[in-house]
Amino acid sequence: MTPLTFVLVVIAMAFVAGVLGSLLGLGGGMIVVPALTLLLGIDIRLAIGASIISVIATSSGAAAAYVRDRLANLRVAMFLELGTTAGAITGAWVAGILHPRWLFVLFGLILGYSALAMLKPRPRDVVRHHGETRLAHRLRLQSSYFDDARGEEVVYDPTRPMFGLALMYIAGIVSGLLGIGSGALKVPAMDLAMELPIKVSTATSNFMIGVTAAASAGLYFARGQIAPFVAAPVAIGVLLGAFAGSKLLSRVSSRAIRRTFVVVLVVVSLQMLVRGIRG
Amino acid sequence: MNDALSRLLRIGVVASMAVVIAGVTLTFFHHPQYVRSTTALRELTDAATIYPHRLAGVIAQIRTGRGQGIVMIGLLMLIATPVARVAFSIVAFAIERDRLYVAITCVVLALLLVSFAIGAAG
Repeated sequence: MTPLTFVLVVIAMAFVAGVLGSLLGLGGGMIVVPALTLLLGIDIRLAIGASIISVIATSSGAAAAYVRDRLANLRVAMFLELGTTAGAITGAWVAGILHPRWLFVLFGLILGYSALAMLKPRPRDVVRHHGETRLAHRLRLQSSYFDDARGEEVVYDPTRPMFGLALMYIAGIVSGLLGIGSGALKVPAMDLAMELPIKVSTATSNFMIGVTAAASAGLYFARGQIAPFVAAPVAIGVLLGAFAGSKLLSRVSSRAIRRTFVVVLVVVSLQMLVRGIRG
Repeated sequence: MNDALSRLLRIGVVASMAVVIAGVTLTFFHHPQYVRSTTALRELTDAATIYPHRLAGVIAQIRTGRGQGIVMIGLLMLIATPVARVAFSIVAFAIERDRLYVAITCVVLALLLVSFAIGAAG
């Protein structure tokens, strides 16, 4: 393969990863890392470095829309970013000392978990009042948003911010370690710990992903693991793919796609595991 | 605050991707063998290569007109976009006289800057 064909092949693969990532709600990184390593034989550390760059591109693009629509809660995001950035630095640092085989194993496990989690019905908003809200009130996290489906302003009162912060630290570690946005971990964590409405947690998670990824990308760059000729086509392809995917989203039934791809993703996750175990 | 933030993010992504695409194109013009040679790919995607990882190194590459340096600047602009967003938030919270959030945001910014330092230290 010449560098030119390589760049074109990677852009095409990353484009497909971006479309699928946005249709499935997984993010492009989850798909582009196995594609680069298993199909093109790229070193997993370079694939992760390239993926984390693409995560910044897509999440900043999506966050721009969410912020404009006032769905993302900027205070919740900034507070939880204390946890996600600290976690991302930890994860990216650990990735530097782990044997690459472990990265394959961990990636396989997280991909398998995320694929199976897609089978569960999407969480619905239920009104619960069991979490303590004192600290959340001191942090002034309560807010409201306009719900299009209900046609009314929804007021919400987040709970247990320290529990949320701890879970975000873990989500940050996974993100920095594997070069993924780990929105699949952030959204349920916010739902579980802080009882945020699902629309708010999705938008806020997307908003945080860019900052989280920048923390680990800085570390990957400074370590010399951002290969421009891998990262550039990945970022271009995933960004265009995610954009195309978001346009398609309203027209295709995502339930049918989810079912089909769960099988594919589980197979891919097993291949990543095998690659890690066999070396 | 929301609209300005939204614009900042969008401009950051579009501008950095434009620089990246320009850099990739320039590299192919500078190295015609990249269109034909299959051995060149090895050195571009080898894990053992230490890729440019200091700002000074990237700038030196650009001075000599190397497309790869321009690609790297584009990628760094992309990494800097969320960092700029955080820095911008400090100002926005300060205008609202929200001291608590100025402090929280400063810590997040410090963590982002520390990440570069940790990577550089090995």
